[in-house]
Amino acid sequence: MSGGFDIYVAGVGGQGIGLLSEALIRAVDYAGYVVKGCDTHGLAQRGGSVSSHIRIGAEAHSPLVSEGRADLVVALERHEAVSAGRAYLREGGTLLWLDSTWQPLAVRLGGARSAEVADVEEAASLRGGRAARVAPVAAVDPRSHNVVVLAEICALGLVPGLRLEHARSALADLLGGAALASSLALLADR
Amino acid sequence: MKDLGATLLGKEAFSEIVIGDTAVVRAMLESGVRSVTSYPGSPTPEIADAIRAIPASSRPFRFEFSVNEKVATEVAFGSALNGHLSVVFFKSVGLNVAADSFVQLPLMDIPGGMVVVLGDDPGANSSQNEQDNRHYARMSYMPLFEPASAAEAYSMFKAAAGLASRRRMAVILRLTTHVCHAKERVAFGPYAPAPFDPTPRFDPDSGNYVPLASSVFPLKRRALERLAAIASDPEALATNRLEGRGGSRRGVIVAGAAYLSLMDALEDAGPRPDVLKLGMVHPLPAGQVLEFLASHDEVKVLEELDPVLEPDIKALAYDAGLRTRIIGKRDIDERMGEYVPSKVRDILGSAWPDMFDSPRPSALPAVASPRPPQLCPGCGHRSAFYAIKKALSGDDITVADIGCHTLGSFPPYGMGRVLLSMGHSTATASGLALFNGSRKVVCFIGDSTLFHAGLPGIANAVYNAHELTLVVMENGTTAMTGHQDHPGTGKSFNGDSPRLSVRAALEGLGVANIREVDAYQQAKLIEAMRAATSEPGFKVVIARHPCMLKFTREARRRAGPAWRAKRVRVDQASCTRNLECVGRFGCPSFQVGEGGAISVNADLCIGDGSCRQTCPSGAIVEDLGGER
Repeated sequence: MSGGFDIYVAGVGGQGIGLLSEALIRAVDYAGYVVKGCDTHGLAQRGGSVSSHIRIGAEAHSPLVSEGRADLVVALERHEAVSAGRAYLREGGTLLWLDSTWQPLAVRLGGARSAEVADVEEAASLRGGRAARVAPVAAVDPRSHNVVVLAEICALGLVPGLRLEHARSALADLLGGAALASSLALLADR
Repeated sequence: MKDLGATLLGKEAFSEIVIGDTAVVRAMLESGVRSVTSYPGSPTPEIADAIRAIPASSRPFRFEFSVNEKVATEVAFGSALNGHLSVVFFKSVGLNVAADSFVQLPLMDIPGGMVVVLGDDPGANSSQNEQDNRHYARMSYMPLFEPASAAEAYSMFKAAAGLASRRRMAVILRLTTHVCHAKERVAFGPYAPAPFDPTPRFDPDSGNYVPLASSVFPLKRRALERLAAIASDPEALATNRLEGRGGSRRGVIVAGAAYLSLMDALEDAGPRPDVLKLGMVHPLPAGQVLEFLASHDEVKVLEELDPVLEPDIKALAYDAGLRTRIIGKRDIDERMGEYVPSKVRDILGSAWPDMFDSPRPSALPAVASPRPPQLCPGCGHRSAFYAIKKALSGDDITVADIGCHTLGSFPPYGMGRVLLSMGHSTATASGLALFNGSRKVVCFIGDSTLFHAGLPGIANAVYNAHELTLVVMENGTTAMTGHQDHPGTGKSFNGDSPRLSVRAALEGLGVANIREVDAYQQAKLIEAMRAATSEPGFKVVIARHPCMLKFTREARRRAGPAWRAKRVRVDQASCTRNLECVGRFGCPSFQVGEGGAISVNADLCIGDGSCRQTCPSGAIVEDLGGER
């Protein structure tokens, strides 16, 4: 891959960002590219913001994606999609987002406005990029939507060279038993 | 699924995608480490996770979570005195706790060798400060290696362990948060397990081990001589490298993760400066640095956090009569925060304005509400803070300690408004209670922190008759760092252990006024707090409830497919939309919709029901349809 490719993944603690980013890193590795990354968990408890950085290509040195430089921003929640898109998306990049809503405290207390679909789309369009919405699947456990999003990334070809078979190999590294079977079934649905 | 333990134990060379913390564990195996100790603290607990992945029966070293970092350091030291290569690891501020013993290590002849692995936290991602522990290396005459990546964490651990063994001393491996957590494919060498010789080889005659008064001086001399020798030790110097063809008139001296940020920034730069990348940052490799200075007109010292290298480098240049322009820290901002690529680019641009042609990309202004860290749904601390706040007046003084319950200081609770360090709360509150007959003083501490550093403050409060109320927020685990056991849980890393009762410990220290309440029993807790805070002397209220994140995970694991999630729902007919659940109880499961209608986020709610008693209209009810 020439020029490198940066992915910034954002969500809320408990959504399985860690598994999603580890699976992406391993899938990219299976695809034959040099890859590195970093989870930034800080004080994130269940319900706090979490993010992961993934950098592909030999010219990526730091494991951290820089602001305004992510070719792909993946967000598993609406407010996180707005924040991550505005902070990290590069010119012409893609913002893939799962349309779930976990209201931040200030929104619940009425001091801040809830993020809307239009806010996500604006975050992408301000960068001359596009937003791609993933609708939650009612039949799928909320904690498994990380794999739904992984399948979407592969199926839409959002990461150059990354295919579903690479994601399958990655998940097989990370999961076993029933968890692996149900995750592979989600990939097969795409 | 890949088996991390089996992977780490592989005899042949291999490569695997790992984080820096995991890479360190493979380096421990290859280096022949026999004894490892720690106290949990981000960014290092994942080292223990990788150790745990190795079955105890095939683990060639012993590991323990000690009661605190000082104890962990002492156990590692003692083990190394008997000839066993030992490791202690903990987070940045843990070194302050360990310091009293740590600073003595360089005075000692340590036959087994010892590596102190520090997890510093530039950017204060999960710490109460971003202290630069390189200062401790200087202060105590200890060598310090600073890797930039997971691969270097592995190779420099081996360099540090080799140096520690060869020279019978303690050596620091300073990791930072995004070295600990950086993930990449790392190439590991072969692992040849050596037979273990358990002979206790401590020999008091092999050196003086009791520094006292004038006997300190030969030991200090030996420490300084050893440090001077290391500055030209070929194996230590091999961790430093020069990059560039030497033709540039500009150079950069850099170490640690800032090096990778520099490499990123230089991808956008015009003519590239040469780079001297240090692995061993203390003692400063004077020869290499002088040569680099002498062959460049301008050298930027690019170091994250404090100017530790800069004064020494400038002094070297001065003594050598060099005319090189040395560019150090130019403002306070260069001492603050993590040196991420964008920050390094700005710093370089400030030093050399002609370096970059175009402005760097930056973030658009934030519009979405941020999501500050908060207590989990069902957390007993939430229930406790909600109740305790009702028992106090707004003018009363509350003191926080370190742990999950520190989050009580954020809205909507505002409980615990001053914080210093692990275990400080009782003593700080004791001082706040002096000359103070008008404002009640209440302090908090968690159970792991109580055993870590909380006991002396309690003994002092009893001994010196301080007047305050301590609330022990007992959740039965070290929750903030990933649910490690502690002396009060009845389990150690290695299995069952005697359970130290919090109450018995308090009674043993002479605390006479103790109440115990389940943190979910808000009415009882309010009553207990009102009573305790109106009585004289030192009072303790134990507000107990298990960590519900841990409890729920374990229950779900035990139940398997039979797991039935519980949750509550809001009965819209009886809800008066007074927002008590959202605004004052503050469980993140409650969401506010159009016109103030309250709903429950089923992804978050665990059905603990601690919220139900807070609703004045009784509108929060058990949701019996909560299966998933």
